[in-house]
Amino acid sequence: MYVGVDLGSRTIKVVAWQDGRMVDYKIEESGFAPHEQAREMLTEYKADQIVATGYGRHLAREHFADDVITEIKAHGIGIHTVLPQVTTIVDIGGQDSKVITLNGKGQVSNFQMNDKCAAGTGRFLEIMAASLAYPLVEFGPAALDSDQEVQINSMCTVFAESEVISMKNRGAPRQHIARAVHSSVADRILAMLNRIGFDKYVAFSGGVANNPCIVSMIRGKLVGVQVAVPENPSIIGALGASIEAAKLGESQA
Amino acid sequence: MTAGKFEIKAYPEMWKDLDMDVERFDKMRLMLGDIYEKTYLSQKNRPSGMAYFDNMIAEIHGGRIKELLAAKKEGKPVIGTFCVYIPEEIVLAAGGVCVGLCGGSQGSVPDAEKILPRNICPMVKSAFGFKAGRICPYFQAVDLVYGETTCDAKKKTWEILDNMVSTYVMEIPQMKKQTDQDMWLAEVKEFKTKVESLAGKEVTLEELNRAVKIMNNKRKALQRINMLRHTNPTPISGKDVLLIEQIAFYDEPVRFTEKVGELCDELEQRIQDGVAVPGKNAARVMVAGVPMALPNWKLHNLVEGAGAVIVNEESCIGTRYYKDLMDEDGEDIETILQNLTRRYMQIDCSCFTPNNERIDQVLKEYRESDAHGIIHYSLQFCHTYNVEEIRIREACEKENIPYMFIESDYSPEDVGQLQTRVEAFLEQIGR
Repeated sequence: MYVGVDLGSRTIKVVAWQDGRMVDYKIEESGFAPHEQAREMLTEYKADQIVATGYGRHLAREHFADDVITEIKAHGIGIHTVLPQVTTIVDIGGQDSKVITLNGKGQVSNFQMNDKCAAGTGRFLEIMAASLAYPLVEFGPAALDSDQEVQINSMCTVFAESEVISMKNRGAPRQHIARAVHSSVADRILAMLNRIGFDKYVAFSGGVANNPCIVSMIRGKLVGVQVAVPENPSIIGALGASIEAAKLGESQA
Repeated sequence: MTAGKFEIKAYPEMWKDLDMDVERFDKMRLMLGDIYEKTYLSQKNRPSGMAYFDNMIAEIHGGRIKELLAAKKEGKPVIGTFCVYIPEEIVLAAGGVCVGLCGGSQGSVPDAEKILPRNICPMVKSAFGFKAGRICPYFQAVDLVYGETTCDAKKKTWEILDNMVSTYVMEIPQMKKQTDQDMWLAEVKEFKTKVESLAGKEVTLEELNRAVKIMNNKRKALQRINMLRHTNPTPISGKDVLLIEQIAFYDEPVRFTEKVGELCDELEQRIQDGVAVPGKNAARVMVAGVPMALPNWKLHNLVEGAGAVIVNEESCIGTRYYKDLMDEDGEDIETILQNLTRRYMQIDCSCFTPNNERIDQVLKEYRESDAHGIIHYSLQFCHTYNVEEIRIREACEKENIPYMFIESDYSPEDVGQLQTRVEAFLEQIGR
């Protein structure tokens, strides 16, 4: 059995891979000692090889993992496995947003990643949801319900939060503000997509792909492009790492 | 040097005489020592000739300052600089000393942000903060700061800095037409008069010719080490070469040239013996862009920490400083000043428009260094390099050169993200 573990900024994802298919997965909050948490999550598997990815990959390697790959490569492998026609990936995680392009073999040919800034990331959505008193899971659906466009001008998380507070205090309904927040994230992603270029098939991965409003907005703006969301977008990185573990194990066998 | 803990030597009495914030500075000294030990002394298989440069760091706030103060006592002008545009030949000819000032650390940025706007270049903020906080012995020791007009943040900051330390500003042209060259020649002559007034004497033809030779030799030594590191596999780490390029701005030039030469001899021997750093299959990365002022080792640390090696710095603290030599043995002072102007007008700083020479230079250095990819490194709010990056990227795309752009500052908060990007870039270039 081969195991991939994705130690992200918010959650840890584990995928177990055997005989060419995924046999199990888990998602848990990262907690204070991510490597211990991850190791705990792994105990039930008899892993021949463990490959780690995500922010905590090097910590995992110090403690238990056999090898590491970046989340960029991991998402490339993961998406290429579940959606082989896709050549462009939008991966929005807790701390980063990335656009990755793949060649025909599923190898990374180029990527863009946000600079030192939380705008356009899961963290940004989280802070804005909190400021509008929405539980995170309700934030996207609420924004989707709003039919009115207001505009958030600021891309910076700190300034955008002030802007949201001003809007609240002008009496704007919160679902309209929620929509504006989502719209600003979608615009940010579109700008990254336009900078790097994209083809007919785009896939979403990472935790933010679970947000229906972001996905619908991106779909609405990419005319003639098929935007796919895999069944479980949060585990794509861990899936890619598990497949890399299998490749590693088989090359050693 | 490896035995025992590395420490930057303390000179509290001297610092007090220089009106420094001794208590705070001493903490920064300990921090810098720790970082240096972790970043530099942990490297395996370093050339033994690096010992001299390790010592230059150990004495950065002591031994070298003593030399500067001794020069001052003899009435020699000591001039602090930030830019490769300073005509060092003139200062040397007048018996003076040029030193690059501190400007590469996050530690002094909060001091600057008390006064300056926050959204300007971190190098300008860091430098200004070192003076405002009285935490750079070089700033405290100089007679004059040489400023220039290479960017808006700098040129307006000089006006504020001048309240704390005498700041002389030279106008750098932004184009390379004949009128710009004439203007720069006039600026060079005015600078010569200023230096002569500080030194209390006029420079002679012999002194000027001698200074030209000293600077040419220093640049040749740096060219030589850069050529040797281009060998594949490389005999010296990128971190070590960057350090030498940084020390080039504050060491005494004749001694520095000699020590770089000795190190080059050792590297030639290493190449013959097949001694490589890090290994034969390591990815080779070239860096292009803005200067990395001491102690900014952030990118080098990430790239080399991931098992790759940096084989070239296309930067002011790098090839832009030493790629151009000037004609020696000028017949008269006027001819030398004209030669000097011509030499300095070859600098391909992004403050110029157009700046096509730089695009060609980046591609040339990429080929010469046998690199596998280019990382363009830029500082936040550095408009000229950040915009010029577009043209560098387009040129790389056209030539199929793997390329990545990083915009950062001196703070540690983006290290995790940068590490991911650097490692993904190395995965992309397939090593």
